[in-house]
Amino acid sequence: MAKKSTPGLNTGSMADISFLLLTFFLLTSSINTDQGIQRRLPPALTGDEKPPEINKRNVMKILVNMYDQLLVNDEPMDDVRQLKARTIEFITNPSNNPHMSEIKLKFIEELGAEAPVSSGVISLQSDRGTSYKAYIAVQDQLTAAFNEIRDSYSQQQFGKTFDNLTEGQREIVKKVVPVSISEAEPSNYGGKK
Amino acid sequence: MARFRKEGKKGVPDLNMGSMSDIIFMFLFFFMVITTMRESQLFVRTKVPQATEVQKLEKKSLIANINIGQPNTRELIAKYGPEPRIQLNDQLGDVRDIIQFVEIEKKSRNEADRTQMTWSLRVDEAVKMGIVTDVKQELRKASAFKVNYSTSKGIKK
Repeated sequence: MAKKSTPGLNTGSMADISFLLLTFFLLTSSINTDQGIQRRLPPALTGDEKPPEINKRNVMKILVNMYDQLLVNDEPMDDVRQLKARTIEFITNPSNNPHMSEIKLKFIEELGAEAPVSSGVISLQSDRGTSYKAYIAVQDQLTAAFNEIRDSYSQQQFGKTFDNLTEGQREIVKKVVPVSISEAEPSNYGGKK
Repeated sequence: MARFRKEGKKGVPDLNMGSMSDIIFMFLFFFMVITTMRESQLFVRTKVPQATEVQKLEKKSLIANINIGQPNTRELIAKYGPEPRIQLNDQLGDVRDIIQFVEIEKKSRNEADRTQMTWSLRVDEAVKMGIVTDVKQELRKASAFKVNYSTSKGIKK
């Protein structure tokens, strides 16, 4: 009896099948990972808190109205892109302007030394009629400002940008340059329609 | 001389297609690894605004999405009206449903991870702040403090 060899499998259509799977996964999945601006909300009010006493010079008030117009410390600002420079100037106060935030030396435990910490607080108030786009534009500018301040401090203290620091160094920088944005309850002029 | 002459036709040899499928499978696995499955179907339009200072969200399993926007089909607009609505998981909800939503989402996570959860607000850029603020107030009441304003990456100017 002659030896019967097993016939070869035809794998030509295998590629087609895997192509089909590939296209299926391409269609049902999305590459974009979530990204965004991260914030920490304050705890809910219980009703008997007193507003903390903050010196007026330490507060930069930003109002965004229902027409998405900006008012920074009672002066209108035409372009939201000016806000970053304004915030940096207010927080770091390089010229020791008595109308801008106080810089106090504070002992940082991890650093084992004193560091200049700004007492400045950004107070952000929006209206119920403010568009989300404008709100994010403001938040983006503020984040950019704080990131730049952190970067410059990291550069000065450790000789590296904030992103390249170790975890411990980052904690120090976060303590020296806290993101101090306080959001007031929104006004309601644009909401009643 | 004639001995070495080949017999039969000279044709182009067949290409071996056997490894083709392996290559495609490699593609397939590559895409499966770098992508994520689209979660629940969206009923609201969420075209998120652009920002430059974005951070990537880590730990996908600890993220809960809250979508806010106008209903995205004509039937839904006819049913619910053109006002922005909140979508929690796969149903349209109300501001009052948020606290319950937070509880359910927290319960489905590990006990140790519950405080690490991020609440990602995917809000359409045309939505007014009123509804967003209401949602934020509810999140504060529900002790869900870590929020993320979902944005797409814009170009730095």
